[in-house]
Amino acid sequence: MAEIQLKGLAHSYNKHAENPEYAIRQMDHIWKDGGAYALLGPSGCGKSTLLNIISGLLASSEGEVLFDGVRVNDIPPQERNIAQVFQFPVVYDTMTVFDNLAFPLRNMKTSESKILTKVGEIAKILELTTVLNKKAANLTADEKQKVSMGRGLVRDDVSAILFDEPLTVIDPQLKWKLRRKLKQIQEKFKITMVYVTHDQLEASTFADKIALMYEGQVVQFGTPRELFEYPNHTFVGYFIGSPGMNLMAVQRCEQGLIFGDTVFTLNKYEQQCLDDSDSHNVKLGIRPEFVHVWDKPNGEAHLSEVEFVEDLGTYKIISLKFEGQTIKARLQEDQKVPHGQVYISFPEQWLMLYIDEYLVAKDGTYE
Amino acid sequence: MSKTKNNKAWFLVLPVFALVAFSAIIPLMTVVNYSLQDIFDASTRYFVGIEWYQMILNDSRLQDSLLRQFIFSGCVLLIEIPLGILVALMMPKAGKWSVVCLLVLSLPLLVPLNVVGTIWQIFGRADIGLFGWALNSLGIDYNYAANPMDAWFTVLLMDVWHWTSLIALLSFSGLRAIPDAYYQAASIDRASNWAIFRFIQLPKLKSVLLIGVLLRFMDSFMIYTEPFVLTGGGPGNSTTFLSQSLTKMAIGQFDIGPAGAFSIIYFLIILLVSWLFYTAMTHNDNK
Repeated sequence: MAEIQLKGLAHSYNKHAENPEYAIRQMDHIWKDGGAYALLGPSGCGKSTLLNIISGLLASSEGEVLFDGVRVNDIPPQERNIAQVFQFPVVYDTMTVFDNLAFPLRNMKTSESKILTKVGEIAKILELTTVLNKKAANLTADEKQKVSMGRGLVRDDVSAILFDEPLTVIDPQLKWKLRRKLKQIQEKFKITMVYVTHDQLEASTFADKIALMYEGQVVQFGTPRELFEYPNHTFVGYFIGSPGMNLMAVQRCEQGLIFGDTVFTLNKYEQQCLDDSDSHNVKLGIRPEFVHVWDKPNGEAHLSEVEFVEDLGTYKIISLKFEGQTIKARLQEDQKVPHGQVYISFPEQWLMLYIDEYLVAKDGTYE
Repeated sequence: MSKTKNNKAWFLVLPVFALVAFSAIIPLMTVVNYSLQDIFDASTRYFVGIEWYQMILNDSRLQDSLLRQFIFSGCVLLIEIPLGILVALMMPKAGKWSVVCLLVLSLPLLVPLNVVGTIWQIFGRADIGLFGWALNSLGIDYNYAANPMDAWFTVLLMDVWHWTSLIALLSFSGLRAIPDAYYQAASIDRASNWAIFRFIQLPKLKSVLLIGVLLRFMDSFMIYTEPFVLTGGGPGNSTTFLSQSLTKMAIGQFDIGPAGAFSIIYFLIILLVSWLFYTAMTHNDNK
């Protein structure tokens, strides 16, 4: 069991170049002991790089990695008490499933009797008992991936397991099954697990807390709900949710902000922050789920035009033309599909202010 | 629903069939034909059944030749396969030196067979050859033209020099194809270098090694040009391999009948041994 701490971590693959490009930019982060975490982000944002730095397969060019407060930068992966599961299942083809699971234990000179009980126990949890004597080469992809996980779980000394998009090659119907298994194991053993993925659904079903990475930095670290309701950064708003947050590039005006001809007023704190900043990069964001659509004029509602409606089975997404920009709204389940002109309103509570892409929190805590 | 049969398709296959028949099937059947008859001239021939086959199989000189051939191919495989893998493992994985290694390794493969024989024939001579001269200067009495052991040693060394590259190049490409995740997983599992070789590299090399073993077996079993140029089969018959005996019989003595039977037997042995190798190396795949 271990807490993983990253201190001033940065990594560049070409650090000797004149203008090194950083895959990981200056980062401080803590993964608490026994937690289930997801590292979410688009392809190429540095998530796998970060994972490999934690496991020691890659040495970071700057900063420190601490396990329970102890610096491990110079400790090779095999001595870091960490297991890693890769995107493609890694099994030792010529060995049986049993030998695969016993392999790390045998490398540590564990007694055969202990191996027998330990492998048996893990095989039972992973539901591999029936294939223990089968050659690993002849397993299905999901069984192979379970074997790769099992090799991490059999070791008593493993304090954290890192997963690098482990379900990529698994059939969709087996994905949720395996994900749930993972979650059960996590709850049972209380092992720190860090799960890298680019799939928000995978991240939010597995993890207690999600670290969302963008361009080599963790832009937000929070529960799936926090990421959804209070996206810290416009990228979080865009990346989380389907479809992502509606963002409107607004201008300053006397009453607050103006978008086209529509004026938005801000609360006192937000206005204060706006006044303190001289940035022209000001945006308002609202999730499609929180946009209200009305048939008739209604107090604060603004006129807009229906462009098209996407039926996603259980719900519908309506695209609206508002002040020249497309705004998406999620229709309530029982709501009639409107045509032509409709009225939309943005509940103040869910209208987020972004200055220089970062959120201005409504209650005054400027994160 | 029943499939419509369209027999016109056969006409499309016909040209290929004719070509294969002309270039392979008919010549092979000619050999079978010769092997079953005793032919004196175009109008005088006798059907002899399997007599030629019996004669060939009972010929002690040919039995010796066959034994030599097996020993030679065995030695070739035992030396070249492990050595080739070792070379591949030690090669730089990428960069300039990797390219240099690949180029150097490819060189022997580009040299024509009789040139290889000539190179070693001169290289091994004690008077004008560097290799022979060096050995003799070290006090080793080396003379491949007079001493059967020396002749064997030289023929083997020549083959190793010529063909180990092939195994090394095949293995190198096989090693490069192993995803990094395997090495990373092994390192996290605390596998030793030997375990990495035994459980990751060797299994992943299996398919290229299968090709390598088959190619080297077939080639070495049919070896002709190089020992012919180097030793001419001597001293005595010590380096006379099967193909050389066959050539002598077919072209030197013009014994077409026995040579035909010999060819068929030769062909069947290669087929059988290749099949054995193939089966032995793949039978574990589906357990």
